Amino acid sequence: MGRTSSTKEDAGALFHSLRSAYAATPVNLKIIDLYVGFAIFTALIQVVYMAMVGSFPFNSFLSGVLSCVGTAVLAGKSNFLSPLFAKDLPPERAFADFVLCNLVLHLVIMNFLG
Amino acid sequence: MARRLAGFLVLLLVVSICEAAFLFQPISDSHRSAALELFTPDHGSFKSLEETYEALRTFQILGIEKKPDLTATACRSISETVGSSSSTAKDLFYALKANSIAECKIDKKASKGIISRLNAAVSGASSLLDFYYSVGGLVLIKDQSSEADVHLADAEGVFRSVKAFSQSDGRWRYSSSNPESSAFAAGIALETLAGIVSLASSEIDQSLISTLKNDIIKLFDSIEKYDDGALYFDDKLVDGHEYQGPLSTTSSVLRGLTAFAAVTAENLNLPGDTMLGLAKFFLGICVPGDAKDFFNQIDSLACLESNRVSIPLILSFPSTVLSLTRKDSLKVGVSTVLGSEVPSLTVKLVGAFSSGSKDASLVESQELNFDKASGLHILNDLPKSIDVGSYTFVFEVVLHEPEHEEVYFMGSQTKVPISVTGLIKVENSEIAVLDSDLGSIESQKKLDLAGKNAISLSANHLQKLRLSFQLTTPHGRSFKPHQAFLKLRHESKVEHIFVVGNSGKQFEIVLNFLGLVEKFFYLSGKYDMELTIGDAAMNSLLVAIGHIELDLPEAPEKAPRPPPQPVDPYSRYGPKAEITHIFRAPEKRPPQELSLAFLGLTILPLLGFLIGLLRLGVNLKNFPTKPVPATFAVLFHVGIGAVLLLYVFFWVKLDLFQTLKLLGFLGVFLVFVGHRILSHLAAASAKLKSA
Repeated sequence: MGRTSSTKEDAGALFHSLRSAYAATPVNLKIIDLYVGFAIFTALIQVVYMAMVGSFPFNSFLSGVLSCVGTAVLAGKSNFLSPLFAKDLPPERAFADFVLCNLVLHLVIMNFLG
Repeated sequence: MARRLAGFLVLLLVVSICEAAFLFQPISDSHRSAALELFTPDHGSFKSLEETYEALRTFQILGIEKKPDLTATACRSISETVGSSSSTAKDLFYALKANSIAECKIDKKASKGIISRLNAAVSGASSLLDFYYSVGGLVLIKDQSSEADVHLADAEGVFRSVKAFSQSDGRWRYSSSNPESSAFAAGIALETLAGIVSLASSEIDQSLISTLKNDIIKLFDSIEKYDDGALYFDDKLVDGHEYQGPLSTTSSVLRGLTAFAAVTAENLNLPGDTMLGLAKFFLGICVPGDAKDFFNQIDSLACLESNRVSIPLILSFPSTVLSLTRKDSLKVGVSTVLGSEVPSLTVKLVGAFSSGSKDASLVESQELNFDKASGLHILNDLPKSIDVGSYTFVFEVVLHEPEHEEVYFMGSQTKVPISVTGLIKVENSEIAVLDSDLGSIESQKKLDLAGKNAISLSANHLQKLRLSFQLTTPHGRSFKPHQAFLKLRHESKVEHIFVVGNSGKQFEIVLNFLGLVEKFFYLSGKYDMELTIGDAAMNSLLVAIGHIELDLPEAPEKAPRPPPQPVDPYSRYGPKAEITHIFRAPEKRPPQELSLAFLGLTILPLLGFLIGLLRLGVNLKNFPTKPVPATFAVLFHVGIGAVLLLYVFFWVKLDLFQTLKLLGFLGVFLVFVGHRILSHLAAASAKLKSA
């Protein structure tokens, strides 16, 4: 009985520690996290819309969802790489990489949009 | 024109049997109107003197008035040709021929010039045609200019040279180097030789002329014959250039023959029906469609009209179909080939035979009355023995004056097919249904085959149907028409046709339904009855009699089905059913409000992102302040914005290739600018770290 209550307390303590740790992360990374969250949320809204009205212009649906997911992935890639290879890869380089890949992704998306 | 009515000359006539089963009409107004149409000059003049001559001669023979402008243009071309020193013998020949009809004046000097040129041509001639044109020209100029002295030097030598071209089969060659021979050339040669004889008859040895007679007889051995008695000449088709065709060849030979007969007093000993056969050939062409053929036909008929061998006479019939009911009379005309008058003669009907039978003649020999007003010989009343049907009438022509018999030729008997028609009376027509076993009449009705009928009968398969009527000709005899059918048509359009037989005047048909059940495919019901009586010589009828209700037993399993009836043939070509294309129904789109709502909802996360950024304390402090990097930074952002704008345009309007092209330019710019600003930023942060 002590265990369960301690588990609860542990969960609460874990959650608190996570939050405080997160507050300590650099602002840059928080921006990227926010961006990823925004992209995923947009994708979710599109999926809900499709679920409501049916998938008639399926190519449009796909291009919309994949653009969101793609840009999230690219942002995540930049996020992921950054702390591990911070020494080798300057953030500007990562940013340039991010911009370029996004541009290519969006060209393909626009083509597929129809 | 005066030549047609010129006095008739005396010569021998050979009487022989001539079978003419077909009819020939002499020249009539249809020829005259055709001539006016065919011989129309191009802009007032013809292409050559030959054509001018042909037109003038045709108009002259047919009695068409000479048009003054035609004569004037003809005279102009004639005097041109005559005056020009470069005209060949051929040109002079045709000019003089045309002049013989147009009668333009040629002055003395010109005629002297012509004569000397033609004489030179004669002495220099080497081929048949050279001789023909030069000698012919000399003959013509002798006729036209009275004072000119036309003398043919060494006539006998010229005669022999022309004769040298002859062959043993009666044909002639064109020149000594050309081995081909033709009857056409023979005609030309005969004309040339006749011309030589007429120019210098005293100089020619009579024996030469006699040998020429033999050549003519040999030539006429090669004459060919059609079934209707027409005679013609035709050459073998060896070389396309020289081949003339039967019409040209025959007219050439005929011209040569008549020219020769005109200059010699000797008897040519040709078989009597030769001229009549040639007349049939030319008349059988009726109206040719070509100007040259037309000229050949008319010129040859003019030769036949007045020649010294024999003048053929032809019988013509205004109508070969006579009606007994209207009391038509048989009319016969006798004329020459050009339709001009003949001396007094009598036409006799010597016999009439029913077509296809070899029995004795149905009529006695009798003379036809000559009606001066119409110029026709008329048989006023057809003999009683001639009833409705087709016959062959045989005529004979007897000339009144014996000396005319030597001039004219008329085959002794001419056979002509004549049809006699009349109203056939249809009487005593009745229809009855009989009981098969007893033969007793169950129901009998009278019919009026001339009027409307609406008989209604009924019968079953054990009974018989009998239809009978009588056909009588105007003279009271029996008549068998070509068609006598009874047709029974079922409601489903299945038809059955039966022939009505006869014995004498009585026509009767009995349909025994017991035997016909299978033929009728076991179809019971209402049958329409229709009677057809038809023949070319009678008033044919197609009468709907009425209908009969037939009660037939049920069809067994294996009975044949009636044949499928043809659908209305025109429905095959009628309009077909309209086809409506069913397109794939368009997908249901959601209502517009919902779509717009979700568009708004999609913008929401973007707003959330921006608010989050603000809460995180995002700032633009790192934006470079120095002008050069600042511009690069600005350009970098502008570049990214431009690329995104380009994507929007791509979606709205542009295609991929245009976009890629523009993207290439923008991309290069962006990479350059981005590199500059980012390297500047990197350098700045490195400085900060090191510091």
